[in-house]
Amino acid sequence: MADNTLEIRNLNTSFFTQHGEVRAVNDVSLDVRRAQITGIVGESGCGKSMTARSVMGLVRYPGRIVSGRIRLDGKEITGLSKKEMCSLRGNELSMIFQEPMSSLNPVMKVGKQVEETLRIHQHVTKEEAARRTEEIFREVGISDARSRMACYPHQLSGGLRQRVMIAMAMICKPKLLIADEPTTALDVTVEAQILSLMKRLCEGGTSILLISHNLGVIAQVCDYVYVMYAGRIVEQADTCTLFDHPVHPYTRALLGAASSLRSGAARLETIPGGVPNLLHLPSGCSFSPRCEKCARQCQNEVPQMLPVSGEGHLARCYFANVPEE
Amino acid sequence: MVRNALQRLLQSVLVLLGAALLVFLMLRIIPGNPAAVLMGEHADATVIKRMTEELGLDQPVLVQFFRYIADALRGDFGTSFSLGKPVSELMASAFVNTLILALFASAYAWILGIISGVIAAVKKNSLPDRLFMGASLLGVSMPVFMAAMLLQFFLGYQLKWLPIAGTSDWTGFILPAIALGWNSAGSVARLVRSTLLEILEEDYIDTARAKGRGQMGVLMVHALRNAMLPVITMMAIQLSGMLSGAVITETVFSVNGIGRLAVQAISSRDIPLLQGTVLFSAAIVIIGNYVADSLYNVLDPRIRKEA
Repeated sequence: MADNTLEIRNLNTSFFTQHGEVRAVNDVSLDVRRAQITGIVGESGCGKSMTARSVMGLVRYPGRIVSGRIRLDGKEITGLSKKEMCSLRGNELSMIFQEPMSSLNPVMKVGKQVEETLRIHQHVTKEEAARRTEEIFREVGISDARSRMACYPHQLSGGLRQRVMIAMAMICKPKLLIADEPTTALDVTVEAQILSLMKRLCEGGTSILLISHNLGVIAQVCDYVYVMYAGRIVEQADTCTLFDHPVHPYTRALLGAASSLRSGAARLETIPGGVPNLLHLPSGCSFSPRCEKCARQCQNEVPQMLPVSGEGHLARCYFANVPEE
Repeated sequence: MVRNALQRLLQSVLVLLGAALLVFLMLRIIPGNPAAVLMGEHADATVIKRMTEELGLDQPVLVQFFRYIADALRGDFGTSFSLGKPVSELMASAFVNTLILALFASAYAWILGIISGVIAAVKKNSLPDRLFMGASLLGVSMPVFMAAMLLQFFLGYQLKWLPIAGTSDWTGFILPAIALGWNSAGSVARLVRSTLLEILEEDYIDTARAKGRGQMGVLMVHALRNAMLPVITMMAIQLSGMLSGAVITETVFSVNGIGRLAVQAISSRDIPLLQGTVLFSAAIVIIGNYVADSLYNVLDPRIRKEA
């Protein structure tokens, strides 16, 4: 059994638009370790959701995976046929989405929608499917499971709907659960409940890839974190290291903005400039136009992921190992 | 839900009564005494007067109206001036033809419309999409009489495959059904395509794919049922339109249906017959709307809750 549930190597996903190729995911390599929560953090449009969709095989036209390898539990899944991908999705590989209201079919009872996943992948009787749905509803903390199964999505609260989504994703006991901003649409108390549920699932042996723009969420639950910027991974480290010793200027700026909020600074720290247009990326480091440390080298050539002191800590910056003055 | 259904039923009955009153009043406002028309140009004044009394036309309008409603509730819509038969009898035999025509037309229109709409949406911007949408544009924009004449000319006159007019046997219904359904096939196809394209962008379609549903499963189980909501409303209204009498189609193809009966009634100033056919059409449209409403309630749980 491989150490990593998911291994992505040099993944490139692009959208081919009228204006040219938009490189949404640019040479991304990442690992999701077994029974751990691995996070991807970054701002909107940085390619984190597209990375997840690439793994699921759910990239929509005009986007497609250009190159790269994706391995699930040691098995290559890039290049699988549509049919083979269908038998993986919902079964070994599942995903929950950001917006729990619109992610459920409005004209179908939630119980039926969860049973459906089971019945696509396993030959079970109606009764068996209903029984297991009730069971998984209890597991994800839906009280009064039996009567809730007969509800339509609009009759449930946001938190309950997200629990239904998680139940749907978990019913076939997948190896990997991808959660794309699972708590963004929820209020903070419900967010805490959902996050602790995800932690519990992880302790139960599920590997989770958690995508969020919220550093707080990442800090709370992730074991290991990847920071993405403009389609590339710019820094990766275990959660403690990343939050204690960020090296990449982008990560530092991101954390700086968050901590200026917490420390009650008079003025919110921001990152000057805007996210580069993915159609016309700067020739060197994508962050160079906004970076205060930017040198000539940074503008000419994209830096590689360089190891930083501390195990498993890499950063895409020429100054990664230059000590702070 | 049952209470809601009853409430809407009561509303429908009121609307029907209103429609009846309106029709009744409009026919009384038209100048000229029907009795005089009935007796012919050279009739004697006393004869006309006797006829007026016999028809109850000397009574106040409201009395006439309530008498009419009371009779109608017993199934008696009066006797046709021009054909000399009970209106209810005339309408019943005409309705059979209209019914056959409408069922033929809507069945083919819906099957064609839904299938081509779905294909066009799934294969967006492909050749089939363009072909179907081109054809449906023709469908929605070509007037019925135009389609009818083209069909008569090519399939009836030149190729001699089907009778040009008249319904002596069932083949006589084919051309009018094609002409009548052509329009709704086009509008159904366009509506199915646009709603389905919208639905396929929804988040729950991603969820269905993430579950492991194949393209067919996503389409049949998740997309189509949601996409059909507005389409079903449209279809119910179309069907009620056809059932209430396709005036042009029935006239062009000499189908003895409700629409043609109404035209005859107008041209011969046959007030009881006209009253009957118009009221009948109104009733059908009201029933169609009621059915569409009820179907929507059954199909969309969100509406059920709000009700």
